[in-house]
Amino acid sequence: MSEQKNLPVPDPGLEEHEHRFTDVNEAAADRAYRQIVGMLAAVPVLVLAFLFVYFGVPKDAELVLFGANLQMQTTLLGLTSGLATLMIGVAAIAWARSLMSDEEIVGERHGAASPPEARERVLADLETGIEASGIRRRKLLGTGMAGALGLIAVPALVSLADLGPWPTPALRAETIERTLWAEGVRLVNDVSYLPLKASDLEVGQLVNAVPETLEKIEDGTAFQQGKAKAAIIVVRMDPNSIKIPDSRKDWQINGILSYSKICTHVGCPISLWEQQTHHLLCPCHQSTFDLANSGVVVFGPAARSLPQLPITTDSEGYLVARSGFTVPVGPSYFERDSSKDFKEGDR
Amino acid sequence: MAKPAELSPASPAMEVRTPPKDPGPSKLAGPATWVDERIGLAKLMSNIRKVFPDHWSFLLGEIALYSFVILLLTGVFLTIWFKPSMAEVDYAGSYELLRHVRMSEAFSSTLSISFDIRGGLLVRQIHHWSAMLFVAAMTVHMLRVFFTGAFRKPRELNWLIGVGLLSIGLVEGFAGYSLPDDLLSGTGLRFVDGLIRSIPLIGTWAEFFVFAGEFPGTLVIPRLYMVHILLVPGLLLGLISAHMALLVYHKHTHWPAPGRTNHNIQGYPFFPIYVAKAGGFFFIVFGITILMGALIQINPVWLYGPYNPSQVTAGSQPDWYMGFVEGAIRIIPNWEWHVLGTTWSWNIFLPGVALMGLLFTALAVYPFIEAWITGDKSEHHLLDRPRNAPNRTAFGVAGMAAYGMLWLAGGNDIIATQFQVSLNNVTYFMRVAVFVVPVLAFIVTKRICLSLQRADKDRVLHGSETNIIVRSPDGGYSEAHVPISQGEAYSLTRHPQLDALPPNGEKLGRTRQRLSRWYADGQVPTPTVEEIEAAAHHSDAPALEGSDTAESGVSH
Repeated sequence: MSEQKNLPVPDPGLEEHEHRFTDVNEAAADRAYRQIVGMLAAVPVLVLAFLFVYFGVPKDAELVLFGANLQMQTTLLGLTSGLATLMIGVAAIAWARSLMSDEEIVGERHGAASPPEARERVLADLETGIEASGIRRRKLLGTGMAGALGLIAVPALVSLADLGPWPTPALRAETIERTLWAEGVRLVNDVSYLPLKASDLEVGQLVNAVPETLEKIEDGTAFQQGKAKAAIIVVRMDPNSIKIPDSRKDWQINGILSYSKICTHVGCPISLWEQQTHHLLCPCHQSTFDLANSGVVVFGPAARSLPQLPITTDSEGYLVARSGFTVPVGPSYFERDSSKDFKEGDR
Repeated sequence: MAKPAELSPASPAMEVRTPPKDPGPSKLAGPATWVDERIGLAKLMSNIRKVFPDHWSFLLGEIALYSFVILLLTGVFLTIWFKPSMAEVDYAGSYELLRHVRMSEAFSSTLSISFDIRGGLLVRQIHHWSAMLFVAAMTVHMLRVFFTGAFRKPRELNWLIGVGLLSIGLVEGFAGYSLPDDLLSGTGLRFVDGLIRSIPLIGTWAEFFVFAGEFPGTLVIPRLYMVHILLVPGLLLGLISAHMALLVYHKHTHWPAPGRTNHNIQGYPFFPIYVAKAGGFFFIVFGITILMGALIQINPVWLYGPYNPSQVTAGSQPDWYMGFVEGAIRIIPNWEWHVLGTTWSWNIFLPGVALMGLLFTALAVYPFIEAWITGDKSEHHLLDRPRNAPNRTAFGVAGMAAYGMLWLAGGNDIIATQFQVSLNNVTYFMRVAVFVVPVLAFIVTKRICLSLQRADKDRVLHGSETNIIVRSPDGGYSEAHVPISQGEAYSLTRHPQLDALPPNGEKLGRTRQRLSRWYADGQVPTPTVEEIEAAAHHSDAPALEGSDTAESGVSH
């Protein structure tokens, strides 16, 4: 790219200054002056109104504006303080635009680089300083200092190793690879904690469930962590219209199947149930799983089937888990052995 | 635009400058001397008449700066009551519908700010709106800088600082969005948990380190709080200071116009004009943000309820600036490797982690790549009109198109339900569109730029259309044109021509040579002196009646 020396049209130089209306017409200038002072005078009025609203309007009062129910206090506090702030801004800009001198001025630019003399002086100073430090004669000072400075970062970094517990295989087995489900744990409704009876479920029905052991967890963190993995959905489908592989014949009771509710993609709770297609759709990223086919992925970014929980009924006819999940639930992680997940075509 | 000229004595502007009748010692002199003797005030303030050029597009960065100030002010107010704790409490505040619901202290204190502190909800909403505005203004400001070539030498470092600001601005926004611990923000955190896990080799370790164990744990909100109110704002503050310091040092770029060169700067002095204009603009931005906080509801967390890992709302969306990542996550095919007992989640890692890395890396290196292609080592203080850098403009629009497609894909469920089309087909369409639309955008933009260059050339040669149709004695019709001013003709012809790098000048690689030739190719050359003269003589049609000047030629 070249700066053209001979431009086809020569630069005519700066344009003539044009006077504003307020420069040439005293009345217009006075009018602008009055407007600006008027705007500034509105500020104390609005501030008083703000104080009145703050101390005078009850918190639960409502304001209906264009059919919308607004919290009167919040809205009026905002309107008064917002308009007051706006007035200050508009007044300042009106002042600058119509009454302050609008003569443009021209300044010079200089290259970003320092003048060569300055650069040379600094280089000479650096040279003098380096010489004075003695680093040239005693070379180990430099390398020693650089090495020490580098190493002093090590304690700082290592101190961060306790940011969280280390996910060793043993810890993973206790945490992300384990849920509250175990043999004989009853499936209970996730809101009422009432146990689910197999005979109460209709074909086409979906129930959100959790293990009965969840309710007894007092600790808030353990409760959330437990729920984040153990949440399941229980569906009843017509056994003749679904595919049940031989290996999972006894994981269900009369077409009542249970799957992890936690998406195998990034862990959203999946909850959109398409009753007729037997598909379950995740509202976060639209991964879709076929519950009539062992939870295989039929659409979307999820790569693994929804883990199925083997269930049966106890002596009283309530649904219970036959065991825990056979694979870890939730999103993938590097150390996960994903060869055991159900794949289309498995028997 | 205007040239320094004599003011009429009647001008009010003169009144300001007229010394009072009895000059005496200035009222400022006393305190000013006191301060100067201690900190050398006069030296510090030697620049108060510094020149700043005027153009609406220069306000975009200001909006970002002011939003940041508003965020600091409103943020301090919110910290007075917010409790960054995940400890569970039984809600006992004044919002009846959630009475006695178990929730974290973070969510409970957010409800308290919203319902029990006068003005609390207002400030929360101002804070959220200005966060949206902060990222939006930074983005648009960056586009302005990109399309006008303001990132070129000597401003590359300031561009890099800007890219840093934008990237950590996203982190800041996301951290703040997560703090209230409502159902929506908890879902966002769950998503981030999945994202972190997906990092090959170290994902599980990173997850356990960030969340101090298994999701959700007890520490992530206190940690995000530290990130949100201390770490990132500190970084932002430092980077913004550096950004402003470099702006002052380089002096602002200006648009080409008569009299403006690479060696001067024309505009208004900082004091008093910009103090009033920029200061006033701060109050306007603040005022409008307050009004938005008062009138437009945002993030009504009490409707979502506390976070519950087994629930999610249909149509969950992140704040707008995370939409492109969300879209990429949604449309990527489900690629996952299962190798030797390990899982490689490309379906999450690529769109989630790698895409953001790609975006910010591409932004960061662009100025250096363009300079490498053009071999341009000179300083630039005059802005490019986007049409005069057609490839850059086309590349920028292609980038915007890709971003826009990903962003749209982030709402594929909303599109499907609102327009009653198949969700699956919307997703398949977006998978293709995200690659095809940017290519189309590139081609179309480049053609538009070149057409605009041609239109500029026509305007210089043949003048401005008058909308007056003239019938000649022999019955032909033509539109009368009037010549444009010399100033306008200068502005339309002064831009430097792109040259391909001379093939033998340096030892260039073949790629660089080819790229450089491609970059310079196709532009419409600015008219030469001869062409302009020829066009002027060509104006043989009868002069327009009533035209002011004799030489106002008419041509077609």
